[in-house]
Amino acid sequence: MAEKKKKLLQGNEACVEGAIYAGCRFYAGYPITPSTEIMEGMSVRLPKLGGKFIQMEDEIGGIAAALGGSLAGLKSMTATSGPGFSLKQECIGYACLTEIPLVIVDVMRGGPSTGYPTGPSQSDIMQAKWGTHGDHPVIAVTPSTVPEILTETVRAFNLAEQFRTPVMVLYDEILGHMREPVTIPSPGELLVEDRAKPECKPEDYHPYDDKFLIAPLAPFGSGYRFHVTGLNHKQDGFPTNDSKIIRENNERIMRKVHINRESIWKNEEVMLDDAEVAIFTIGSTARSARFAVNELRKSGIKAGLLRPLTIWPFPDRAVAELSNRVKAIIVPEMNLGQMTLEVERCAKGRCAVEGLFRVDGEPITPSQIFHEVRKYL
Amino acid sequence: MSIPVAEKKEKVSVPFDYNKYLRPNKLPHIWCPGCGHGIVLKAMLRAIDKAGLEKDNIALVSGIGCSSRTPGYVDFNTLHTLHGRALPFATGIKLAKPEMKVIVVTGDGDALAIGGNHFIHACRRNIDLTVLVFTNATYGMTGGQYSPTTPLEAMATTSRYGNIEPPFDTCEMAKASGATFVARGTAYHTIELEKTIHEALTHKGMSVVDIIDACPTYFGRANKFKSATQMMEEIEKDGTVNVKQAANLPPEKLAGKMLRGVLHKVEKPEYCEKYDILIKEKASAKK
Repeated sequence: MAEKKKKLLQGNEACVEGAIYAGCRFYAGYPITPSTEIMEGMSVRLPKLGGKFIQMEDEIGGIAAALGGSLAGLKSMTATSGPGFSLKQECIGYACLTEIPLVIVDVMRGGPSTGYPTGPSQSDIMQAKWGTHGDHPVIAVTPSTVPEILTETVRAFNLAEQFRTPVMVLYDEILGHMREPVTIPSPGELLVEDRAKPECKPEDYHPYDDKFLIAPLAPFGSGYRFHVTGLNHKQDGFPTNDSKIIRENNERIMRKVHINRESIWKNEEVMLDDAEVAIFTIGSTARSARFAVNELRKSGIKAGLLRPLTIWPFPDRAVAELSNRVKAIIVPEMNLGQMTLEVERCAKGRCAVEGLFRVDGEPITPSQIFHEVRKYL
Repeated sequence: MSIPVAEKKEKVSVPFDYNKYLRPNKLPHIWCPGCGHGIVLKAMLRAIDKAGLEKDNIALVSGIGCSSRTPGYVDFNTLHTLHGRALPFATGIKLAKPEMKVIVVTGDGDALAIGGNHFIHACRRNIDLTVLVFTNATYGMTGGQYSPTTPLEAMATTSRYGNIEPPFDTCEMAKASGATFVARGTAYHTIELEKTIHEALTHKGMSVVDIIDACPTYFGRANKFKSATQMMEEIEKDGTVNVKQAANLPPEKLAGKMLRGVLHKVEKPEYCEKYDILIKEKASAKK
């Protein structure tokens, strides 16, 4: 057996490795700090594998071309950061309604607007959920280490293909640019899901067949001729004004994620069993939190960490359960309270919920978290 | 005494079977009486037939607007995207599956205003797409606002005192941006249009056909045209001249007229072919 390859990789490079491993063979994007290394990496790797790469004229073109590539049957990806993520929202809504699988990586930088391009933030959490108009399902994964960027990118592709929906990979600039040793998984080591293909005859095919919660998606040019529109549509893909069908379809695309949320949720629990105060956070902030928990334990304080690797759908149940057994949940985040509101919603007043915010382009330190937790004991 | 005559070949006119390409259960279409879009659609289908393209192998991609409803009516792989975004979606399909024939149907507002940046860059890349711009100088779907091709001084719901913005020349822009096939047709000259679209479909590289057609409902009413036919005659017939005829006409006869026919055609390396060469080189190169 070949020896495993261990590499020192930057977070954005690990994202490229994950995408290639997952079978991504189409990338379209536009340069933006601090995500550009992903695009640069894909431009080198894809042609060697017979895959397709294109640098488009703008952020919207990037995601639109990636959706075209996906509809033609290739696993597709685009990557961006805050301002570009805003521009991509129109196409994210299109992908949600037309149910075209896509992975969108957002390496979060300081905002609003052009903000602080080289500084980290976690301020796109709500943009990921509500950035595009209309009610729509959202899946977003939140790795916290460089190796995890690789594995979570693979998981994002699996979820996108399985649920026929755009999936976001959210991590902050610190993770995007930091380097850690990464073991490249061997083929077969990680689960790789491929898109379901229709088994029916082309004349019987409906791209949104109501026999399924998630109908198989035939690639364009495969003999299954069908229509795709961003208008509310029927199971055959054609526009409709029928209010019953519009309601059913809008509810179905939400339901397909909601009823499968347990298989989408993924949390890491650190010393939570006997914790009196819990920390809830993601990304690079979770690294500080882990350090703080260890220090707090050393000084006899029963602190723990709940770290979601899936932020959308929000880990409602894990937070609700936690709120029953801790005095307080501290939510450190590099924004002004986007996750804190969600934690409050789920805790429903059963414990104190306190945010710890930072929007100066600097990371939240272990010592900040340490002192915040001590206030509750 | 019988005089031997050359056997007269009787010309049998077989009506073109549009149903071969239409989705009859998706008709009637949404277009208003007098709108030219249906004429353009029929010319496109005849050109596709003449080019011998397989339905399974055609992707018809559009943006938003009246003309962008075309894909719903035809039996291809059809994609109705977002306002202005037909070209990047089409670029993605073509790059992912270069063996497919990818055709874009779009309006002048869709292609040149909200989608203007995508338009110039698709031309620049010389990617093998055929783009049919249905130019009716108005935003019909939203009720008749002025568009990037609305003539100076024309009336629209947003230029009630006359349009003060000069219009784009779609063909000049396509040519300047790098498209390797640029032509203009009209809904009035339907046979010529079919030939022009056919030539565009058989060209390798970015082909743009600017198709002048009339919106009697909005542009027509706002600008005091009495009928759809009057619009066709004044704008499409008398307002244009074929590029070949134009060569023999004095400048005063050409004043204010748009040229029809193939205006620009050159052979240049096509984007997907260049990408395929790149793949072959890199895939065989030592890692």
